[in-house]
Amino acid sequence: MARITMDHIVKKYGDGFPAVNDVSIDVADGEFMILVGPSGCGKSTLLRMIVGLEDITSGDMIIGDRRVNDLAPRERNLAMVFQNYALYPHLTVYENIAFPLRLAKMPDDEVDRLVRDAADTLELNEHLERKPGNLSGGQRQRVAMGRAIVRQADAFLFDEPLSNLDAKLRGQMRTEIARLQKRLGITTVYVTHDQTEAMTLGDRVAVLKRGLLQQLATPRELYENPGNLFVAGFIGSPPMNFLPATVEGTKVQLPFGSVDIPADRAERAAGRGLLIAGIRPEHFEDASLAAADGRTGSTFRAKVEVVEWLGNETYAYIPFESPDEVKAQLLQLEKDLDGEALRTQLVVSLDGGSRIAEGEEAEIWVDGSRMHLFDPATGENLTVDHERAGRIPGAEVAAGAPTEG
Amino acid sequence: MNRTSNRVGLVVGCILILIWCLLPVAWIISLSFKSEASITNGNPGFFPGDGTGAGWDNYKAVWDNEQFRRAIFNSIGISLIATLLSVIVATLAAYAIARLEFRGKKLVLTIALAIAMFPVVSLIGPLFDMWRATGLYDTWPGLIIPYMSFTLPLAIWTLSAFFREIPWEMEQAAQVDGATSWQAFRKVIVPLAAPGVFTAAILTFFFAWNDFVFGISLTSTENARPIPASLSFFVGADPFNRPASLLAAGAVIATIPIIVIVLIFQRKIVAGLTSGAVKG
Repeated sequence: MARITMDHIVKKYGDGFPAVNDVSIDVADGEFMILVGPSGCGKSTLLRMIVGLEDITSGDMIIGDRRVNDLAPRERNLAMVFQNYALYPHLTVYENIAFPLRLAKMPDDEVDRLVRDAADTLELNEHLERKPGNLSGGQRQRVAMGRAIVRQADAFLFDEPLSNLDAKLRGQMRTEIARLQKRLGITTVYVTHDQTEAMTLGDRVAVLKRGLLQQLATPRELYENPGNLFVAGFIGSPPMNFLPATVEGTKVQLPFGSVDIPADRAERAAGRGLLIAGIRPEHFEDASLAAADGRTGSTFRAKVEVVEWLGNETYAYIPFESPDEVKAQLLQLEKDLDGEALRTQLVVSLDGGSRIAEGEEAEIWVDGSRMHLFDPATGENLTVDHERAGRIPGAEVAAGAPTEG
Repeated sequence: MNRTSNRVGLVVGCILILIWCLLPVAWIISLSFKSEASITNGNPGFFPGDGTGAGWDNYKAVWDNEQFRRAIFNSIGISLIATLLSVIVATLAAYAIARLEFRGKKLVLTIALAIAMFPVVSLIGPLFDMWRATGLYDTWPGLIIPYMSFTLPLAIWTLSAFFREIPWEMEQAAQVDGATSWQAFRKVIVPLAAPGVFTAAILTFFFAWNDFVFGISLTSTENARPIPASLSFFVGADPFNRPASLLAAGAVIATIPIIVIVLIFQRKIVAGLTSGAVKG
C-alpha cells in the first residue's frame, strides 16, 4: 500500500511533442483514482510512466516515499492489468498467476497457497490447468487480474481493462473490480475513456485533454461543477447542452427565450457579452409535468424535431442556430471530445410519461439554477463553485490561488 | 457437382506432384537393394528381380566402410554445431533487431541480405587461401564458420519476423511482474518464438547437411569431410566402374538423419502458439 505522487510530470517524445504536460496528481493511500479523457489525451502514457514502461522527461514520480523516476518496472512493486490482458499463452492459468511469485523465487507451497487464494477470489478454480487460448474474454480478464492481486503489490494499475469486453460483461466486471478494490483496500490507478467507468468506479477522477490536467475531483463534483467546457462536455451522457447566451440582470437570453438564474451566478457572468450556457438534459422537463410537481423555473416554447421514448424517460431533440463565434468553439469542443455531431441541437430529457410528440411545438421547463455559463474564448466555467469543484489547474493560476506542488 | 470435380482435380494434381518429386527417391532406394553386378549388366527393372537383389548387403558394405562412417560422424557433428550456434546468435540478433532502435539497424539487415545473395562459389577461392593460412583448412570449424555465415541472414530474417509478431505487452507484463529483461526474454519471448526458432534451426541444418561445395573444397581428408563430399570420393575397388548400388545405399543412409531431424522439429513448429495471449 502506498500513495502515489505525480509532481509536475512531463513526457516529451523525440519530436518535442508533450504527450503529458506538467501534470500533478496525488493519489492517496487506498484511493481509487481514475484517469479519463478522449484518445490521445496522455492518460495511458501517464499510467505507463507510473509503472515504469515510459521514461519521464521531467518531474518527480514518488511511490510511497521513494522517488521512482529511475527505477526499472520490476523494482517498483506495482501490478498492472493491460488492455489486451497480455497473458502468457504458453503457460497454464495457474502458471500465469504464479509467474510473479516464481520470479520472486517463492517456495512452491507458498506459491500454491497464494495462487489458490487468488483463484478463489476470482472464481478461476476450475480453469487453473487450462491455457489462456481456451478461455473466454471475461475469464482472460480475470486471469490478468489474478496475476495482479496474487502478489503484495503497492498499487494496482489498470489500462482500459474492460474495453475489450462486450457491454454486459463490462458491467459485471466493473462491479467486480470495484468490490475487489474495496476489499483489498489497495491504491489503484485506472485508465479509461469510458465516462461510466470513470463515474462509477472512482473515488476521484482526473480529466485530461491533450496532455493537460483539466480537473481533478470526485465524480459528483465533476458532474455538478465542471471547471471548463471540455469537462462539462465530457462528463455526462447524454452530454450537456451548450447554447449561445447573453446575461442581462438575472436573466439569461437563450435562443428559445430567457431563463432566470440565481443572482450570484448572474453577477459573476455579468458584462461579458456573448457566453455559452451549459444545461444538462435532465434539467429540462415537460412544462406540464413540471408544473404539476410545483417545480420553479422558467419555461419556453420550441419545436421538437425528434422524440426518443425509452420507457423511463424520453429524449427530445430541438435544433437551434448559434452565432459563428459560439459555433466555432462548439465545433472545436466536439473535435476534442472525439465526437461527430453535425448540427447544433438541444437534447432534452423528459419524463417517460410526457406526451410531447415529434414535430409538435412544446412547452419545456428549464431549471435555471443549475445552469453553467462558460467564457466562449477560454472555455472557463464562470459559474463554477470552487469550493465543490476539486482542483482545476488553470483556474488556480487565474484566481491567484497558490498552485499545488 | 462442381465441388466433386474440384476434389478429384486436387487429388489427381497432388498425386502427379508426388510422383514427380518422389520418383528419384524411389529409384535410389530401388538401386540400393540391387546387386552391383546386375546394375553393371543393365537391369532396368524397378523391383530387384530374382538373382539381382542384394538384400541388405549394400548397406552392410557401406556401413563397414571406415571412410563412410567418419563422413557421417563429421556431417552430424558439423551440422549440429553450426545449427546450434547459428540459432543462438540469430535469436539474440533478431530480438535486438525487432525490439531495439539503434543506429545502423537497416545497414545490418541489408548486409545480412547481401551475404545471403552472394554466390557461394565465388567465396571458395579466398576462403581456401585464408583457411590454409590460418590452419582452419580441413577442420570442423573451417566448415562451421562458412555454414553459419551463410545461414545466419536467413535465420535472422525469419526470427525477427517472429519476434515482431509477439506483442510488446508480453515483455512489459513480465517486467512489471518482476522480471529482468533477460528473464522476460528467456521465460516469455523465447518460448513464444519457439516455432520461429525451430524453423530457423531446420533451415540451417538443411543448408549445412546438404552443402557440397564447401565440403569438397575446404577439406582434404576424413578429418572433416562431410557426407556429400565423401560420397563423391566413394569409388570402391575399381575407379572406372563406380559402385552405383553402394552409392545409392550411402545416399539413402545420408538422408535418414535429416528425416529424423525434420520429424523431431516439425512437432515443435505448431502454428498459433500465441493464440490467447491477447484479445484477437
